[in-house]
Amino acid sequence: MKIAIASGKGGTGKTTLSTNLAALLAEKEQVVLVDLDVEEPNSGLFISGELKHTEKKYKMIPEWDPTHCNLCGICQEVCNFNAVLKMGKNIMVFPELCHGCYACSELCPKNSLPMKEREMGELKAFKKGNLSFVESKLVIGEEQAVPLIKQTIDYVDSNFSEDTIKLYDSPPGTSCPVIEATKHTDFVILITETTPFGFHDLKLAVETIRELGKDFGVVINRYGIGDDSVETYCREEGIPVIGRIPNDRAVAEIYSKGELLYPRLPFIKKELEKIAAHVADIRKELSV
Amino acid sequence: MKIAFTTKGTDWDSPMDPRFGRTEYFFVYDEETEKVETFDNRAIEGEAHGAGPKTSQKLAELGAEVLITGNGPGGNAAAVLNQINVKVYTGAGEMTVREAYEAWKNGDLN
Amino acid sequence: MKEIVVISGKGGTGKTSITASFSVLGGKDLIVADCDVDAADMHLLLEPDFSSDEDFYSGELAEIDQAGCIQCGKCAEVCRFDAIPVVDGTYVVDPLSCEGCGYCARVCPENVITNHVNLVGNLYISNIKTGTKMVHAKLGIGNENSGKLVAQVKNEAKSLAEKENKDAILVDGSPGVGCPVVSSLSGATFVVLVTEPTVSGLHDLIRVHELVKKFKIKSGCIINKADINPDQVGKIKEFLEKEDIILVTEIPYDENFTKAMTLGKTIVEHDDKLGGLIKEAWKNIVKLA
Repeated sequence: MKIAIASGKGGTGKTTLSTNLAALLAEKEQVVLVDLDVEEPNSGLFISGELKHTEKKYKMIPEWDPTHCNLCGICQEVCNFNAVLKMGKNIMVFPELCHGCYACSELCPKNSLPMKEREMGELKAFKKGNLSFVESKLVIGEEQAVPLIKQTIDYVDSNFSEDTIKLYDSPPGTSCPVIEATKHTDFVILITETTPFGFHDLKLAVETIRELGKDFGVVINRYGIGDDSVETYCREEGIPVIGRIPNDRAVAEIYSKGELLYPRLPFIKKELEKIAAHVADIRKELSV
Repeated sequence: MKIAFTTKGTDWDSPMDPRFGRTEYFFVYDEETEKVETFDNRAIEGEAHGAGPKTSQKLAELGAEVLITGNGPGGNAAAVLNQINVKVYTGAGEMTVREAYEAWKNGDLN
Repeated sequence: MKEIVVISGKGGTGKTSITASFSVLGGKDLIVADCDVDAADMHLLLEPDFSSDEDFYSGELAEIDQAGCIQCGKCAEVCRFDAIPVVDGTYVVDPLSCEGCGYCARVCPENVITNHVNLVGNLYISNIKTGTKMVHAKLGIGNENSGKLVAQVKNEAKSLAEKENKDAILVDGSPGVGCPVVSSLSGATFVVLVTEPTVSGLHDLIRVHELVKKFKIKSGCIINKADINPDQVGKIKEFLEKEDIILVTEIPYDENFTKAMTLGKTIVEHDDKLGGLIKEAWKNIVKLA
């Protein structure tokens, strides 16, 4: 079973929920937590384990081979991203801007821009008891998150069995990286706060997830600090609220140290158990 | 020596544009011939990404050896400028072209 | 003209709440620009009237003219993004997967594929409650912020500021370390880095400061929720000192920070203690910028 944990806005508690829920579920069965927020993967700060596997991830980008190049400039003409430029007698390639479409390489009449592997990030897999943890981190300056997210999902698909619970900590926002991270999953948990910012961004996230046609539920973080607008909205829209994590200064303090919350805060554990029960229900439905 | 300025206009009293990649104009002064040449770069607005390298390419075509601008160029632009041996001076974002030129001659820009 | 840009790298540090407070403090002397287009929230506190609204285009999308298509499949063959699936027996472009590279159009033997500009959202100019104007934008689903969109928001703000003789523009900057934040920083005269004393807060502060350094822009830092973890505050201060970044202020963890927001108010309008700290910070920033 595959569950994505997402939010319209950063800093609403996505990583807190992913790491704590994964650890709690792993007390009973095999779980893999996957950090797909490849620009700023932070889940690893909260999960320790034995490093089991590391691999570099590559994207294909063109590399100039001047041997037969006649400087015709077709490469720069066909590149829509300003990633290939003819500078005097040189062809310059800007790897961070390249989307890997192969147009310059395959349309070059002299085969002077062969595609080569370029490191775009690194994938690491850890294990501790029942809990496996996979994270990928984009090299600084690399701008395309989607290819690395895709490859990380593929890695998890081929290394873990169907019936393992898979939790995907998704990047924030409503753009391509989120869509890539959530579109292959069975269920999406949207986490939000009961503040105007949280509420506003939740509505955008709901629109996005609906566009993808995914089943989803909402978890309200810092519950009690705002008003009941999120709650009312969910009721009116027929969206299940599957958990409410109370607002508490202790949560902020424990989080700031990079520690898990539920072993120390029973009220958090109780809420996580409710979310876990909801996940179990969804799983039953899926297996029917 | 040919000196290029990133500017918002086409004469000596125009304000500098502090940006490099998305600068509105280049104002190029040739110290030997004392001639001024300007280039309208405003079409760069249409580029979603990669304004830096594209503008660097223009600068190379203009043949400048020195670039005077406001903030430093970003990573991609810096790579091109390095390749074409253009020396970059920053800190002139709040000046007019004339003031920037004077400041550069006095060694006030770095 | 001063251009003050507020950025944070990580989400949830209070960047937008602080920027909105600065807008109130700067009042009529400022034009406000919201470049955090992915999570454009500042308008929720500043009561914009959306008086001017225009479509915004960025990047390109392929489109197949079905009438002339001979179903040869060359386009799908060259597409590296699996963006041209066969639906009901015909080749169609999936707009969510299309990267707009234009390769398909170049190989189409019948020339029936065109790349057209992609409508990504709306750009607004609003009158806001502080007696000035704000430039902001809203993206459509699956659309990404870009250097171009940020540049356009800032350009509108700058030309308004020039027209109306304002001293400065105040920019709520984009998150992350990519093209949009580069565009947010380009042209800045002062950068305010908002962070929090958490392991992730410091981690992201270091990443985003790499960029600020490249642009050689003066910068100051605000540590929000400063009393939740003294060790982490110590580490942040060490970093600031090493990098010559001014510590503008430290704001303690206080529920009034969030309370203000839930009332649709900025902090300076709601709480005197926190508001006082932010007022002091703003005075310093204006002096430094």
